[in-house]
Amino acid sequence: MSATPVLALRGVSKRFGAVQALTDVELEIHPGEVVALVGDNGAGKSTLVKTIAGVGPADDGVIEWEGRPVRIERPHTAQELGIATVYQDLALCDNLDVVGNLFLGREIAHAGVLDEVEMERRARELLATLSIRIPSVRIPVAALSGGQRQTVAIARSLLGEPKVVILDEPTAALGVEQTAQVLDLVERLRERGLGVILISHNMADVKAVADRVAVLRLGRNNGTFEVRSTSQEEIISAITGATDNAVTRRKARTAEASK
Amino acid sequence: MSTDLTPEDAVTVPPADPRLLVREAGFAGYWQEFARKLRSGELGSLPVVVGLIVICLVFQLQDSAFLGAENLSNLFVTAAGTGLIAVGIVFVLILGEIDLSVGSVSGLAAAVFAVLNIKHGMPEWSALILALLTGTVAGALHGFFFARIGVPAFVVTLAGLLGWNGLMLQVLGSNGTINLDDSGLVADLTNYYFSDVAAAYGLATLAVLGYFLAALRDARRREAAGVPSRAPSELAVRTAALAVPAYAAAWLFNQYKGLPLAVVIFVGVVVVFDLVLRRTSYGRKVFALGGSVEAARRAGINVPLVRMSVFALSGTMAALGGMFLASQINAANQSSGAGSLLMNAIAAAVIGGTSLFGGRGKTWSALLGVLVIQSIASGMALLGIASAVQYMITGAVLLAAVVIDSVSRRTQKTAGRA
Ligand SMILES: Nc1ncnc2c1ncn2[C@@H]1O[C@H](COP(=O)(O)OP(=O)(O)OP(=O)(O)O)[C@@H](O)[C@H]1O
Ligand SMILES: [Mg+2]
Repeated sequence: MSATPVLALRGVSKRFGAVQALTDVELEIHPGEVVALVGDNGAGKSTLVKTIAGVGPADDGVIEWEGRPVRIERPHTAQELGIATVYQDLALCDNLDVVGNLFLGREIAHAGVLDEVEMERRARELLATLSIRIPSVRIPVAALSGGQRQTVAIARSLLGEPKVVILDEPTAALGVEQTAQVLDLVERLRERGLGVILISHNMADVKAVADRVAVLRLGRNNGTFEVRSTSQEEIISAITGATDNAVTRRKARTAEASK
Repeated sequence: MSTDLTPEDAVTVPPADPRLLVREAGFAGYWQEFARKLRSGELGSLPVVVGLIVICLVFQLQDSAFLGAENLSNLFVTAAGTGLIAVGIVFVLILGEIDLSVGSVSGLAAAVFAVLNIKHGMPEWSALILALLTGTVAGALHGFFFARIGVPAFVVTLAGLLGWNGLMLQVLGSNGTINLDDSGLVADLTNYYFSDVAAAYGLATLAVLGYFLAALRDARRREAAGVPSRAPSELAVRTAALAVPAYAAAWLFNQYKGLPLAVVIFVGVVVVFDLVLRRTSYGRKVFALGGSVEAARRAGINVPLVRMSVFALSGTMAALGGMFLASQINAANQSSGAGSLLMNAIAAAVIGGTSLFGGRGKTWSALLGVLVIQSIASGMALLGIASAVQYMITGAVLLAAVVIDSVSRRTQKTAGRA
């Protein structure tokens, strides 16, 4: 692992009206490293992703790319740097077909004229490497199932030559086989020296592929853990902000209710 | 550049989805596909083509002059002005927006041309270009307020409808009517015919041959790249489907005065902008915005710029259409761009099959839609029916088109295609 992180957030803050969604968040991603970003619902994970992707720029703080500070105010800037993002809400155009969505914003064109044949060929190739089953690459994505849409969104992030891939709950809608494929993919990305930010609520997935786990709680950092040397319980207690976990909470609740 | 992943990474290439309905080869296959599309609400141009045939039959039975060469030729020429405006409307509708100003902008452009050329003696070409640019600027201004300031397009262009009409009256001055040079450039727009028989047939041949060669090349490339391509028999059917109307129209025009310049320009514009929409990255961006603005933004598309450009295009097309309309009466006057023009242009785009809900549409719908509207107008005039009835019928046709649009959208939703 190299010394300079490919991407580093320093003191990033963001507010929405009366909600302070992020407060002084720090995060580092090194090349060839998978960082899992975890936290309860509403902890600010997706908001953090959007500040990195240029969709909802931060109010405060510095983003460093390969050691130098950059301003990411538009999605285009993030793409040019080499940041590819799969959003939790997917962000696909329902009326465009699979090929159209995969290449949206970076169509293969000669003098403005689309090269549909080449795009279709690459789309098929890419989808095949991801073991994605889609009836046809020429149907509108509206006709796909939730998981198929998710795989299209993931495939989309791999076009171009990203250096950092951000996956916001990429396996939320996926079946067993497809989840395994995505986790394999994350490992392949790491082997190729890419930095990966993986957001997931599934601790087993996190334990399986992540090198480090960064915990967000109520919009603040709540610890960073080396996966190898940390138990699941420790991570969960950092997420919930207590020393207990979901199981002990339920016990406590049922105990209360039975009183 | 391709991805970091190479096919070697593929653990196993998945077999084709067994649920995928594979189309049978040959004509049975086309029919099957066609029936499936109809059921799932992808009606495309079918309703308007059927409607057009019905309208023609009805009027032909009432008056045999309707399908005569003179009437049809005039019908096409008269349709060009409104049709050009409708092409701009198609772009705006694909964004999921509306432009109510096109009538006023077309009138303004005509007035600008008339004043510059007739009153100030400016050469025709420069006056024409400035008139078209007036439309571009007006449209870009709407686009600016919509895309940058965030005012709803409906309201911005409503303000444009009033404002540009006022400006036109101002520009025309107290006199109110400026007659154009009746052998000038603008007069030629709707009055020039290529009387040589070879012109119409030559153009038809060029179009058919061009289409066939382009389609063949595409099929070859697809085959070479290993992606599904159209079978040769399908290419033949499609080429024939283009050749029949193309040669029929050429024959028809030659029965009267020859190939009208207005038709060449109108159809040329439709074809060019069809290619822009379907084959360029710009067109892809326009469709993307109609599908999901947020997804387009996150894909790095400059949303305000695309929106402004579409409104600028709509303004330019309105100005161009205005030139054709001025050419027909050979004057710019206070009622230029007024009356039912705006409604007809929007109705044409919708009747032709462009969705009001955004994200779906073709420039060809401007052509088909305006032919429907103009056929009704022409047929009614032939039968001597008052314009009151004509409005009611056009209104009913528009309602039918919108109903078809809404219903097909619903069926498409249930079929997972919208
Ligand atoms: N566009 C917005 N406007 C106002 N508040 C917002 C907006 N987006 C997020 N928030 C607020 O910011 C906080 C963090 O939301 P965020 O979507 O980042 O959570 P998350 O960690 O991704 O949660 P989940 O696990 O449910 O996806 C929440 O309190 C949410 O209400
Ligand atoms: Mg989230």
